[in-house]
Amino acid sequence: MSEPMVQVHNVTKVYERGKQKVEVLHGLTLDIPKGDFVALMGPSGSGKTTLLNLIGGLDKPTSGEITVGGNRIDQLGSGQLARWRAHNVGFVFQFYNLMPVLSAEGNVELPLLLTRLSAAQRRKNVAVALEVVGLADRAKHKPRELSGGQEQRVAIARALVSDPQLLVCDEPTGDLDRKTADEILGLLQVLNREHGKTIVIVTHDPKAAEFARRTLHLEKGQLLEQAA
Amino acid sequence: MTRVGFVVANLFRRRVRTTLTLLSVVMAFLLFGLLQSVDTIFSSGADFVGATRLFVQARVSFTVALPVSMVPKLEAIPGVTRVAYQQWFGGVWQTNTPLIMFALDPQRYHDVYPEWTMPEQQWQAFEHTRTGMIVGRQLAEQYGWKLGQKVPISSQIWPQKNGSKAWQFDLVGIFDGKDEEWQKRTNLAFIQQDYFDEANQFGMKGRTNFFILKLAPGADAEAISKTVDAMFENSPDETKTQTEKDFNISFVKQIGDIGLIVRWILFAVFFTLLLVVGNTMAQSVRERIPELAVLKTLGFTDGSVFGFVLAEAFTLVLAGGLTGMVLASLAGALVEQATGGQFLLQLNGTVWLLGVIAIVLMSLAVGLLPALRARRLEIVDALAGR
Repeated sequence: MSEPMVQVHNVTKVYERGKQKVEVLHGLTLDIPKGDFVALMGPSGSGKTTLLNLIGGLDKPTSGEITVGGNRIDQLGSGQLARWRAHNVGFVFQFYNLMPVLSAEGNVELPLLLTRLSAAQRRKNVAVALEVVGLADRAKHKPRELSGGQEQRVAIARALVSDPQLLVCDEPTGDLDRKTADEILGLLQVLNREHGKTIVIVTHDPKAAEFARRTLHLEKGQLLEQAA
Repeated sequence: MTRVGFVVANLFRRRVRTTLTLLSVVMAFLLFGLLQSVDTIFSSGADFVGATRLFVQARVSFTVALPVSMVPKLEAIPGVTRVAYQQWFGGVWQTNTPLIMFALDPQRYHDVYPEWTMPEQQWQAFEHTRTGMIVGRQLAEQYGWKLGQKVPISSQIWPQKNGSKAWQFDLVGIFDGKDEEWQKRTNLAFIQQDYFDEANQFGMKGRTNFFILKLAPGADAEAISKTVDAMFENSPDETKTQTEKDFNISFVKQIGDIGLIVRWILFAVFFTLLLVVGNTMAQSVRERIPELAVLKTLGFTDGSVFGFVLAEAFTLVLAGGLTGMVLASLAGALVEQATGGQFLLQLNGTVWLLGVIAIVLMSLAVGLLPALRARRLEIVDALAGR
């Protein structure tokens, strides 16, 4: 687990809100090895989601370097970054963010439209991803026909389907009850331990953090400690 | 699932709204197809091919009467076998039901229009009854007129010598058409030119609105038309000679510049459509900003997301536009059938081409701004609801 998956070096992120400049991250440095499962915790406004967005290539740092899987993603243009995301990272959101007009399998297939896979191959990959999250029998259901936990499983299947090595999850259990949350976190744990996915989650929930291999605490845009 | 499937699925996320918008596009293009066909008819040049009759009117307007004394000159032109003439009477049945009614020479008209079928003795009666009138079957049935009946009809234009515009005619014949096409046109009424000449107060004696030249089989209609107009050039009665079809069109053109009217109607229709569909598209993008951000998160580029939104607009306008144009074709065919081929409301290649251009332009007009907004979307801000 020594080869680095994510390397964040001296990263600063400043947002401009009108005339005001808000520095959210201050020279943050962090290494996450391949196969790690990291929980980012901290109070609101500490920069957890900002850091997650930067690692996932959704945003670019104001300064500093970010290397993910050997790629300097802070140097990529908008189009290149989009293509990089499509092949290298899967996203799971607090509110699932599924497309309401598509069925579960349609949602999972969406990232595969960016690949050169045939329709038959896409269907096969979708079936495997839904099988992994235990929703093979709900493939034809629309999101509104699923429970919150099932929706999040579909979101995880969508994140997995293009087989990225890195999963970034922003409060993946924030909208779920304890039991369902534990099931989702258990699923992430399986993906980490049995499928070797590197996972970074942002959470406020200490119980959720317990599923991770380690927890990192952020406060005021800086990393405080590294707990085993 | 395909990208096209995704576009269509998004389009119908709000079925009622999309259906209503689609219907407004269908209606707009139905109107476009029909009105553009009308415009094409009125804008088209003269077509002499296959013409068997020519209409001669005063060059200025057919409301300016020409002297009946022109008849021998017209009949002397090679290729012209017989000449009839008609004078607009402006008949009104009861208080305000206008009739298509002309004063004419019965024998000449009978010769020139063999398409009307009527017993010979009724033609004879028409020729020999000065106050005689013949009407088409449709008209007789519509107003319940019977042979031998005296029919009071007033004229919008012509008073009698006593100053009264109330005339009275003897119904001596009811004609029909030789086939279905002509039977549909039996909404006409004819009176005797001689009686009209003598009885009207304005002393219109010896003048008529237009001549109808019956051509010999295979005669060169265009050449005859030019000969007629050249014959009366620089005379007090300059002429304009055209086919029956073109004459009918120019008759309708009197109500105004049809092309201009059509263009204004279409401008109003498409401007309204622009607002309706543009609003639908803008609303559709506004309410799914987070979804568009998720697409970008998954790896769809700004250009792809731009394309998705534009494709939705294009699909909506294309589906509605083509449906509207097809319906216009069907409606045009019905109008053509109902008018016995007199009003050829066909969507020709030009109208279809204009329709396709309108579809593309309308798609861009309603889709471009929402698509640009989707393209410019910053993922982080959109996901955070900013």
